[in-house]
Parts: sequence; structure tokens; C-alpha cells
Amino acid sequence: MIRLAFDVQLAQGSFTLDVADEAEVEVLGVYGPSGSGKTSLLEVIAGLRVPRSGAVSVGGEVLADTSSGIHLPPYRRHVGYVPQDGALFPHLDARRNVMYGSDTRLPTADSRLDPAHICATLDIAQLLDRRVGDLSGGERQRVAIARALVSSPRILLLDEPLTGIDRGRKDRILPYLLRIRRELHVPLVYVTHDARELVDIADRVLRLEDGRLADAGVPGVVLGQTVADERL
Amino acid sequence: MEQTTFALAAFTTLMGVCATLVAMPVGVAAAWVLARRSFPGKVVVETTLTLPLVLPPVATGFLLLQLFGLNSIVGRALDAIGLPIVFTWRAVVVAMAVMSFPLIVLTARAGLEQVDRRYEQVASTLGAGPWRVFRTITLPLAARSLVAAAILGFARALGEFGATIIIAGGIPGQTQTLSVAIFNLTEAGRDSDATRLLLVSAGLAFGAMILANLVQRERRPL
Repeated sequence: MIRLAFDVQLAQGSFTLDVADEAEVEVLGVYGPSGSGKTSLLEVIAGLRVPRSGAVSVGGEVLADTSSGIHLPPYRRHVGYVPQDGALFPHLDARRNVMYGSDTRLPTADSRLDPAHICATLDIAQLLDRRVGDLSGGERQRVAIARALVSSPRILLLDEPLTGIDRGRKDRILPYLLRIRRELHVPLVYVTHDARELVDIADRVLRLEDGRLADAGVPGVVLGQTVADERL
Repeated sequence: MEQTTFALAAFTTLMGVCATLVAMPVGVAAAWVLARRSFPGKVVVETTLTLPLVLPPVATGFLLLQLFGLNSIVGRALDAIGLPIVFTWRAVVVAMAVMSFPLIVLTARAGLEQVDRRYEQVASTLGAGPWRVFRTITLPLAARSLVAAAILGFARALGEFGATIIIAGGIPGQTQTLSVAIFNLTEAGRDSDATRLLLVSAGLAFGAMILANLVQRERRPL
């Protein structure tokens, strides 16, 4: 559990993002169609994008606050970020990808977050000597998540972790995501345009529409209708 | 005493290597700034950096002579610490480096712009500061273009004539490069000697360009 608070205003061309939320979260789901501002929100929390105005804090620590000129760079935030296709470094093998952030681990990092345990939890130990190009979509995603976890983030941002992975494989990866929550105790922000994924994993859901917060609450209430509609 | 063809080729190559080593770090740094940063007046900086590409080389040589000659503060200061530039081998390096600089910046910039910024962004979320991101992500992913930039710069340096003759003078055995020697031999009507040097020159340039093309053709990171 971690307290995640943000109040973010962002303008980019004709697109504007204006979203605020504050809650103790284990898994915060962010749901919305493409173009609704989900990825922009993650980038602001990770520090990759400077909001026009607003503030972000994780676990009580202020990471950004435009009113007092605070903007911690991404490398000082300890916020893990896994973009949509994982973005594994193509010139490094899986092991060196996973270990990239190992020397900047927090000294207080939980022993559950040591690299060997992470690799075992995500079941990637046997993939470590492979080249990135030789990994399947699902394997890449797990390696990318392991890489983010090894840097001992206080919170992990996942951008559409299951998009582009076929249904059969999705069902095999979801348990790993649940393991991050249950066994490694790393809080997640989970972004997706597939409501069904969130019903299984999230404890709170934000629904974005055109850069605005349309609804927030427990997944069954926020997404119940959407999921029911999709099943028809 | 006349230099052997080998000595001329070796001197020219050595000067070209020195010029490339001088121009590369500055050129790559400039290319990075142009590829990754936006600032007011960027277009002016861009244009100024690539100016030697289109300015007559002789004019560039003249500018360098004004800058490093004994009439300038810079020239006198360098002379005072025992590093005179004009009419020494250092002038050859300066002329070559300045003339190959734009080519290095343009090639390196194109390569750096091709590096997907998401890799750099992800590296920074993993705790890597800007310098570590540059060293471990940007540089290796742009390696092919940067090597090609160095080779192209080197090839340009080998053929340098206009700026070299103004600032270095083409003194046989001291500052005379292949292209200056070809000019001197042609002036003296020694066409067959000039042709021999021409072939050596063409061979070096051909080899460098083939290497540059081979390096750039592959997509795989180096």
C-alpha cells in the first residue's frame, strides 16, 4: 500500500489533461480509450513530462509541485515505468537489461526485491542469456517488468502490459502481475483500455475520458457496466 | 630534400587521424545538443556550425589565420606557451578538423536522432542520470552513425587543401599534405609525380568511404 496523490494539468496541442486523485493504493487501475490521456498521466508521475501545473506525491514525498518549482528528475524518483512494448534495450542481452538499474537500488530495498527473487517470481531465470530480439512478446514484457523492479521502485507504472499479446498468453502473464502485488508487495498503477484486465487485478479504478476524470472507485462499480456491455 | 610518397601519405593520414580525434568529441557534443535540445537561436547555431561546408575553404583558412596568427590575442597566447599554430603541423590539424567538423556534426546528429528516446527515458526511470544514459544507451545505439561520422570526417580531412595552404603553408617535410603536394607538383609541371600522388590519395579516400558505407549499411547495433 502506498499513498499516491496527483493533481495534474497538461496541455499539448489541442489535447489537455486535467486529472486529480488521492488514495492509498495497492493496484490503481487507469482505464480509458486510446487518446484519453492514460500514458501522459504515467509520464507525468514518472517525471518524463513536466505538467503545466499541478503536483505529484508518492508515499508522502513530493515528486513534483509546480507551485513551489519542484520537479525531481526521473532518476531521483524511484518510480518504475514499463512502457507499452517494454522498450528493452536492444543492444543488451536480457540479463544486462534486468540488471541495468541494480546499482541505483534504494539501500532500504526489501530483500524480496533482490534480482534473483524477482527473476524467480517472474519466471525469467532461463531467459537471461538470450538476446532481446529472441524473446517472445510475453517474455519481453516480463523481462521489462523485472528490469523495473530490480531498481527497487516504490511504485511501478505499467502501460498496457498485455496489449499486443494474444489472449492465450495474456492469461499466462496476468498471474505474474498478481504475484508482483501479492509476493513482492510493490504497488502498481496499471493502465489499460481493456476493462476486464482491471476487474481481476485493481483495487481502485480511474476512468479517463478526453483527458478528464469521468469516474473513480472500486472496479466493480466503475467498470461493471463496461465489462457487461463488452460481454454481450 | 623531397619526401617519399610513403612519408607524405603517412603524414597526411596521421594529421587526418589527429584532426578526427580533435573534431569528434566536440562534433558529437554539438550533434547531441542539436538533436536533443531546443533553445532560442538554435537555427543560427546550426547554420554557423555547418558554415565551413559551404564557405570557400580558402576563406575559412583566412578566418583561421586571423584567429591563430600572431596578430591575434589567441595566436600570441598560444605562441607564448610554446604552441604556435600557423605554419606548423598543428595548423594542418586545425584546418582539417574545422573543415571536417560540419560533416561530423551532420552525420552524428542524424544518427542520434534515430535513437528512440523511449530507451533513454526508461533508463532514466531506472536511476541513470543524463551522463550515464548517454554513455550506456545513446552512444551504443548510435555507434554505427558515430563511427561513420568519424570516417567521413577523416576522409574529408585527407582531401583538405584550401584552408591548409593558407594557414599551414604546405612546407615540404613540415606541413605538406598529399593534396598540397599534388598542387605543388602540378605547378612545377611534374605531371607523372602528381598522378602517382593522386592515385594514393584516391585509394585512401576510396577505402575510407567503403568503410563508412559498410558500417552504416547494417542496422544491428555495433
